[in-house]
Amino acid sequence: MQKVFGRPKGLTEIPFHYCPGCTHGIIHRLIGEVLEELNIIEDTIGVAPVGCAGFSLDFFSCDFVGAAHGRAQAVATGIKRALPDRIVFTYQGDGDIAAIGTSHAIHVAARGEKITSIMVNNAIYGMTGGQMAPTTLTGQVTTTSPYGRDNAVAGFPIDLPKTIATFDGAVYVASVSVDSPKHILQAKKAIKKAFQVQQAGLGFTLVSILSTCPTNWGMSPVDSLKWLREKMIPVYQMGEIKVSEEVKGL
Amino acid sequence: MSKVLLKGNETIAEAAMRAGCKLFFGYPITPSTEIVEYLAKHLPKGGGTVLQAECEVAAINMCFGAAAAGARVMTASSSPGISLKQEGISYLAANELPVVIVNINRTGPGLGGLGPAQSDYFQSTKGGGHGDYRLIVLAPSKAQELYDLTMEAFDLADKYRNPVLLLADGFLGQMMEPVQLKERKEENLPPKDWKTDGCKGRAKRKIASYFLVNELAEEGCRRWQAKYDQIKEAEQRWESFYADDAEYLLVGYGTCGRIAKSVVLNARKQGIKLGLIRPITLWPFPVKAFTSHFDGIKGIVTVELNAGQMIEDVKLAVNCRVPVHLYSRQGGMLPHEREILKYVGQVFNLPVRGEA
Ligand SMILES: Cc1ncc(C[n+]2csc(CCOP(=O)(O)OP(=O)(O)O)c2C)c(N)n1
Ligand code: SF4
Repeated sequence: MQKVFGRPKGLTEIPFHYCPGCTHGIIHRLIGEVLEELNIIEDTIGVAPVGCAGFSLDFFSCDFVGAAHGRAQAVATGIKRALPDRIVFTYQGDGDIAAIGTSHAIHVAARGEKITSIMVNNAIYGMTGGQMAPTTLTGQVTTTSPYGRDNAVAGFPIDLPKTIATFDGAVYVASVSVDSPKHILQAKKAIKKAFQVQQAGLGFTLVSILSTCPTNWGMSPVDSLKWLREKMIPVYQMGEIKVSEEVKGL
Repeated sequence: MSKVLLKGNETIAEAAMRAGCKLFFGYPITPSTEIVEYLAKHLPKGGGTVLQAECEVAAINMCFGAAAAGARVMTASSSPGISLKQEGISYLAANELPVVIVNINRTGPGLGGLGPAQSDYFQSTKGGGHGDYRLIVLAPSKAQELYDLTMEAFDLADKYRNPVLLLADGFLGQMMEPVQLKERKEENLPPKDWKTDGCKGRAKRKIASYFLVNELAEEGCRRWQAKYDQIKEAEQRWESFYADDAEYLLVGYGTCGRIAKSVVLNARKQGIKLGLIRPITLWPFPVKAFTSHFDGIKGIVTVELNAGQMIEDVKLAVNCRVPVHLYSRQGGMLPHEREILKYVGQVFNLPVRGEA
């Protein structure tokens, strides 16, 4: 019998232990496919954060390092500077990259560090049980914004990719979503592009991916996808936010 | 090879390069800044990398990445910067990554002053970051030792897969002294068969310190402690100066160890049998130095540039069998030889002539 669909080689055999309906699994698969298609599994070192995304250590078939909360991009910088011919990527939650790790996020972009960061934006702190994130929407209820995020108290949601795009060293910045087959295909293209730009040594690349957290949002997986589509997509600037001239010429 | 005249901090930087350090990540802070400046000037010429990080937290985590990738890597800072690095140091220890960290101690706490101080002894030897970990802590007292111990720090780090801290102060970092630049001797070091540098031709590797299963976490803790026991047994280092027949002992490291030598010589001129134990490793603390000299000792004075930190380890080492006193200066002040000898005379009721 001909096999028409299987696990990409970029993923290990270990079954995901994300919650049912969590889109971390879809994003993993996309990265796993890209690692295989670009034939870079053996040349790649991934850096995992703290948070649900930290489980990614086990799931990708390339070498992986687990960083402290927020430090993945500093660790990735050290790896890339030691091994400039390898592919280095970080896989981080929005809390990791846009709260505790903000300074590193800004400075890898400013330096044009030749790494790729995947930011998984689920508008909440997943692992610690649903606290407010910098990306939590105005009015969104979390365990630390029980009456809904109040901008007067907690400030406004951060659209990190937009900020990162302003730095000269960031050459490719995209914001995508995995709520529908069409968007999933767009997300894959963006991820692949980011890795190709890194292969070409052009500069820092960031792909932000809107993702669901059915468990902490307190919704079914299907309702979560709907909420993402209706509530999150209008707030965050979507699409290829920055494609530098060198990247266009790639 | 002939001797050269270098600043203490430059000596450390030069030794690091000759020890094969290929990457340096740092953030400037007085009185350690000449280390990053010297390396920025010289390391790239040999194909190395010096990166001025956005902060100390970034610098230590960059070291984490480079060490995980298998490179020889160093960072340097001074007290407030070292405090910021503690998170990363704990992670380095947990992941058993070999990194050399230099602390040119400022006075403290807080922003502190720039004069010589040893107020980071607790932080260096008892943790500083979270968790039950140990660093190998080396305490040079002169230029040649800054050089030799920096070189050795890299080998010790690789040998034990452990971060190594070189602890000095603003006096040692800023002084100029002749130093002989010896070449690196080849050590028989274990292969880095754990590094994450891409899985070509082998199974994937991961470097992580996250244990969700308590049984596995305990196994990990036991493994670290077994390594620390091995280091304690093999790496205690100290210098004994007129200690063999001593009735009274000074204990001091770094700059204090240096000053204490003159005190011992002056005391001997006056017929007082004073000796010195100068710890070179602060962790492991050289407990063996005290067991071997113990019998004839009537009393000990530790000389420290803090409110009395090492004295706790000395008391443990002698198991409270002799009185242990503290002579301390703080805030960047150095003790005069005369003051120390006078204090020794006072606490042990010995006749000490005024202008010793
Ligand atoms: C220094 C530090 N502070 C706090 C924590 C606790 N913590 C673990 S995960 C997490 C939030 C992660 O949220 P996010 O990055 O959005 O990832 P997600 O779990 O949603 O994938 C926090 C605060 C920690 N491990 N370390
Ligand atoms: S807590 Fe949320 S982000 Fe974490 S695995 Fe579950 S659904 Fe996914």
